[in-house]
Amino acid sequence: MTTLIKPLSGWGRYPVQSCELERPERYAELLPSSARLITRGQGRSYGDAALNENGRVMLTERINRLLDFDVNSGILRAEAGVTLADILPVIVPKGWFLPVTPGTKFVSLGGCVAADVHGKNHHYQGSFGDHVLSLELILADNSQLTCSPAENIELFWATVGGMGLTGIIGEVTLQLIAVQSAHMMVQHHAAKNLQQLFKHLENSALDDRYAVAWIDSLADSKNLGRGIAMFGHHAGAHEIPADFGDALTIKARRTRSIPCDLPGWALNPLSIGAFNALYYQREGNKQRPFLTSYDPYFYPLDAIQNWNRLYGKHGFVQYQCVIPQHTAFDGIKALLQELSNSRRPSFLAVLKRFGAQGRGMLSFPLAGYTLALDLPIRDEGLFVLLNKLDEIVVQHGGRVYLAKDARLSAASFRAMYPRYEEWLKIKQTVDPQNRFSSSLARRLKISGDAA
Amino acid sequence: MSERVLILGATSAIARATAAAFAARGAALYLASRDADELQRIAADLRLRYDVEVRYGLFDAEATESHEAFFKSVIQHMPTLSGVVLAFGYLGNQQAAQDFSVGAKVITSNFTGAVSILSHCANYFETLQSGFIIGISSVAGDRGRQSNYMYGAAKGALSLYLQGLRNRLFVRGVRVITIKPGFVDTAMTFGLPGLFLVASPQHIGERIVATLGKSADVVYLPSFWRYIMLIIKHIPEPVFKRMKL
Repeated sequence: MTTLIKPLSGWGRYPVQSCELERPERYAELLPSSARLITRGQGRSYGDAALNENGRVMLTERINRLLDFDVNSGILRAEAGVTLADILPVIVPKGWFLPVTPGTKFVSLGGCVAADVHGKNHHYQGSFGDHVLSLELILADNSQLTCSPAENIELFWATVGGMGLTGIIGEVTLQLIAVQSAHMMVQHHAAKNLQQLFKHLENSALDDRYAVAWIDSLADSKNLGRGIAMFGHHAGAHEIPADFGDALTIKARRTRSIPCDLPGWALNPLSIGAFNALYYQREGNKQRPFLTSYDPYFYPLDAIQNWNRLYGKHGFVQYQCVIPQHTAFDGIKALLQELSNSRRPSFLAVLKRFGAQGRGMLSFPLAGYTLALDLPIRDEGLFVLLNKLDEIVVQHGGRVYLAKDARLSAASFRAMYPRYEEWLKIKQTVDPQNRFSSSLARRLKISGDAA
Repeated sequence: MSERVLILGATSAIARATAAAFAARGAALYLASRDADELQRIAADLRLRYDVEVRYGLFDAEATESHEAFFKSVIQHMPTLSGVVLAFGYLGNQQAAQDFSVGAKVITSNFTGAVSILSHCANYFETLQSGFIIGISSVAGDRGRQSNYMYGAAKGALSLYLQGLRNRLFVRGVRVITIKPGFVDTAMTFGLPGLFLVASPQHIGERIVATLGKSADVVYLPSFWRYIMLIIKHIPEPVFKRMKL
């Protein structure tokens, strides 16, 4: 197969590395053609998870066929390169929805499994892998194996969250959830500070199937952690007004794109502060429940193509970590304090509650709270700050999300992922020569061989 | 009655996109190719995404002796076919194809095999007095260049064949459309050096189906290739033969 060598990056546009790309168009071509191979779906992981400096990157974007959909049971089987954006228009009109969805629909099914992604409903539904009924995995020796929670169980849970390092995910069978409408019933609650925000998220009277909080990352001192808790659920048929027409159809949304890189200074404490103040006022005032269609609710940023260009040509890092339940408030507060002291504005700061830890050996979620920050890369000082944040996370028994990561150290990774050794045993069994490898894997010294 | 379209060489990226564009407007499809596994996957995908009837069958462009029986079975499953899209082709390697034992495959896949199956289609539509034949040729067939003249010669011959067919079938109410794609982002071109203004297969597929609503006979896709090829065709041969193209 002809290959193409070119500079490549993740969604955060940092780092940029020279990779050799191949792009199969037939399912039978999903084979580990060379050593040092990693698959890449839509390239929506932020850092170097889908990069392979001086190695091969297999683009799976054309292995994207929907294979089977049982309208009665809500079981969908599709090739791993299919995107959630391809799946939704097929399943929603039939009364089904994704059991778990990340904040963009432009991700591949294989990527959702490999990163064991989560959504705003982790406290109810767990992560993506909890809904995968089975996987077709192509292994280092070219053999194909079915794995599921009942068959090749260990390999299944090493692959869910395994960052593509156990083999090539070929097909995914997924259990969908039933919905009565394509709309969401949403309610917002403003919080003056972090304490109040946590109270909102813990309050069972407010809680709903989906819960997320936006934080004004520039608010300081007594306002630290000021934000809005947002709750929602799939609207039931009885909640849809009669004049809405068919409850399961939505209008196509207009999309815009960022035509060029914004200058690095465009996002600064002043502009972000102004935006945050406005957003807090506007969204915080939505105290009464309102209806919105699933698209803007789950995928607000999908309306702006290339929104990663907002951060300028040097790119950005999304720092997402989770702090366990018992230390969550103190940990999150310490992180926000550190961020606020640095005067590095985060355009986005999101807090979510996680339910119980899943079974994926390298999966990110654990019971507690997760904080996500988008930080533009201006200078080396950012990395100093992020190392400090890592220390806080480790101290509180938390971890950083590999799908977002571009800079974590191997030592921190070991401290954060206690099931790594268990995972490594499986990896060494199925890929003794360590053919599946990525830039992230080498940076974190995740490896099948001792070297 | 809805459209019924036969896609020959249905597993290429352009064919997939063309099939999708037909399915999006409700056409029933018959997909043909050598690769049974891929046919099954593509058919399932089109059914799920567009809720249309999709059949498929094995077809080998090079096995010309099998074409008559193949076409009969298509007609059995899809009586009153509305049209056919000929999408198969084989670029090969020019260096290798300069040896005729290899080059013959380029000629058979792109030309002889195409003529064989299209002769059955043409006779069928002529009797029906309606229908369309869309042949995907290439800008490479507009002028012979040292870098790919075996492929170019076969595609050039296909363009001429389609032109003749158009002339013959016009009075019988059958449309023959020649599509000449430029650079398209497919497995054929992935990683090739010197590409520019590369179009997506989706764009090409949509434009191919859109030509049915227009009167054009020979369509360059994307359309600016008409002007690029106009210039290339008009370079005087004494100059052209000295160029590295």
